[in-house]
Amino acid sequence: MSHPVETQGLRRVYGTRVALDDVSFAVGAGEIFGLLGPNGGGKTTLFRILSTLLPPSAGTARVGGHDVVSAAPAVRQCLGVVFQSPSLDPLLSVEENLRYGGNLYGLHGAMLEERLREMAEALRVADRLSDRVKTLSGGLQRRVEIAKSLLPQPRVLLLDEPSTGLDPVARVDLWSILEQLRGRFGMTVVLTTHLMDEASRCDRVAILHHGKLLACGTPESLCATIGADVLTLAGRDPDLLAEQLQAKFGWAASVQDGAVRVEIPRAHEQVARIVEAFPGEILSVTAGRPTLEDVFVHMTGERLGGPFFGETAKKGKK
Amino acid sequence: MSTGTHLWLPALALWKRDVVRFVRQKNRIIGALATPLVFWLLIGSGVGPGFRLPGMPEDMTYLAYFFPGTVVLILLFTAIFSTISVIEDRREGFLQSVLVAPVAPEAIVLGKFLGGMTLAAGQGFLFCLAAPLAGLPLDAVVLARLVPALLVVGFGLVGLGFLIAWPLESTQGFHAIMNVFLMPLWLLSGALFPAAADSWMRFAVVVNPVAYGTAAVRRAFYGDGAAFGSLPSYGTALAVSFGFAVLMFLLSVWLVRRRRDVS
Repeated sequence: MSHPVETQGLRRVYGTRVALDDVSFAVGAGEIFGLLGPNGGGKTTLFRILSTLLPPSAGTARVGGHDVVSAAPAVRQCLGVVFQSPSLDPLLSVEENLRYGGNLYGLHGAMLEERLREMAEALRVADRLSDRVKTLSGGLQRRVEIAKSLLPQPRVLLLDEPSTGLDPVARVDLWSILEQLRGRFGMTVVLTTHLMDEASRCDRVAILHHGKLLACGTPESLCATIGADVLTLAGRDPDLLAEQLQAKFGWAASVQDGAVRVEIPRAHEQVARIVEAFPGEILSVTAGRPTLEDVFVHMTGERLGGPFFGETAKKGKK
Repeated sequence: MSTGTHLWLPALALWKRDVVRFVRQKNRIIGALATPLVFWLLIGSGVGPGFRLPGMPEDMTYLAYFFPGTVVLILLFTAIFSTISVIEDRREGFLQSVLVAPVAPEAIVLGKFLGGMTLAAGQGFLFCLAAPLAGLPLDAVVLARLVPALLVVGFGLVGLGFLIAWPLESTQGFHAIMNVFLMPLWLLSGALFPAAADSWMRFAVVVNPVAYGTAAVRRAFYGDGAAFGSLPSYGTALAVSFGFAVLMFLLSVWLVRRRRDVS
C-alpha cells in the first residue's frame, strides 16, 4: 500500500528564488510527522503544495496515493487541513461553522449531525456549539478548526504551525488531543513547526532549511547524529573564551546569543576541568544531551529561530 | 464539474453563510441602503421639481427619474460589499477551507453569486417599497417585472465584482477599481441623466452592461409605453442583463479553475 503522504524530488521556484529544492520524503500510516524549520525555510510552500493550493515547479507529491496536481479533487477528499490563520467565520456559531464545513465535503442530514456531535465531543467543544466563534479563546478556536477538518474523517490531517498563538496550557492540551485522535481514528498527521519542543513530540521529523531537506528521522535518531553532549558556557568574554577553549583543548567552540557552545563526548566529566582552566572567567556551565535545536545548529550553523528571531551562529562549526 | 467534487451542497452552504453574516452585520445594511437613499434624496430633491433633461418624459419629476438609477446603485453597492470580502477571505478566512475541500469551482462561484444576489435584490426590493413616495406605481404588474430585473441585474453585478476581486491581493486595489471603473459604469448607465441621441455618451450607454440593468429597472416601473428616447424595451434590457450575468458566471468559473491559489 502506498504511503499516506510522499514527495519525490519536489521543487518550487518563485521567479528566481528557490523555495523548495529536491525534497523527497514519505510518511507512514498513523505517524505524527513534523516539518521543522525556521520561517522562510520552505515549510509553508510545502504545506500549500500538499494541500493542493500550489502546484510544484518540478517533482511529485502524493497524498492518499493521489497526485496533488493531476488528482487534486481526490486528494482534497482524503485530506483535512488546519491553517495557521483562522478559517472559521467569527460571525457564525461553532455549530454553523461545523455544519457549513461538513457541507463542503458533501456531508448532510443524519450523517452530518452524528459526525458533528462526535467531533465536538472529541475536541471538547460540545458545550460551546451555539456560541459565536468570535467569543471563543484562541485555544478553543483551534480546537473547533480541528473538529471541522475531521468531519469528513480524513486519512491525513495537515496542520500549519498548530501551536502558534496558543498559550502553554492550550499547547499541551492540543497535543494530548492530537495523540488521542491518532489513536482513535488511526489517521496520519503532518504538521509544520518552528518550535523545537513541538517537533520533539513527533514520531519523525524532517528538517527543512533554505528549501532543502537536511535530515529526516525520529527525534532520538536525529539527536544521536551529533554523537556527543552539548556544553553551554556563559562567560565574561564569550568570543575570547571560545578561542581559548579551542587553543587549550582543541574543541570547536561557537558563540550564540552570548553563550559559548561546544559539542564533546561525556561533557559532564569535563566541567570541572574547564572551570579550573579559566578561573573567574566562567559564570555558568550547562551540560546536556543534544536537543533538536542542537541538531539544527549542528547542521546549519544557525539557530532555529532563524533570520527573524535569532542570530546566526558566528563560527567554529565542526 | 470535475469528478469527485460536490456542487449543490457547498453552493447552498456558501449562500446561507453570506446571508447569515449579512443579517448579523447591521452596519452593512446601513452602508448599502442608507448611502444611496441619501444620494437619491439630496440629488433628486436638490435639483428641484422644474428640472428637465432632454430625453426625460414631460410630466416626470427628477426624483422619479432618478429612482430606478438609485435602485441600481443599491444593487451595485451591495454587490461590491459582498465580493470585496473574497480578497481577504481567500488569504485568511473561511474561503481558505473551501479551496482545499473537494468543491467544484462552479460551486464556489454559484454560492458567492447567489449570496450576493440575494442581498442585493433584497435590499433593492426594500428600497422599491418607497417608490410611491416618488410618484411611481408599485402594483402587481410592476412587481412582476421588477423582481426578475432585480435578481438578474443583481446576479450580474455580483459577478462583475467577483471577477475583479478574485485576482486582487488587497482591498485597496478594489477601491481604486471601484472609483475609476464601477462608479463610472453606473454614472454612464442613464441612471442620473438620459444619454442624448447624438452624444458620445450614447455609445457608452449602448456598450455598458449596467445601462441595460438601469433600463430594465426603469422599464419595470414605467412599462414599454413611456417615452424615454432610445431606451431599450424591458425584454431587450432584461435579455442583455441575463446574457451579461451568464457571461460573468462563466468567466468567474474559468478564473477560479485557473487560479485557485492566491500566490
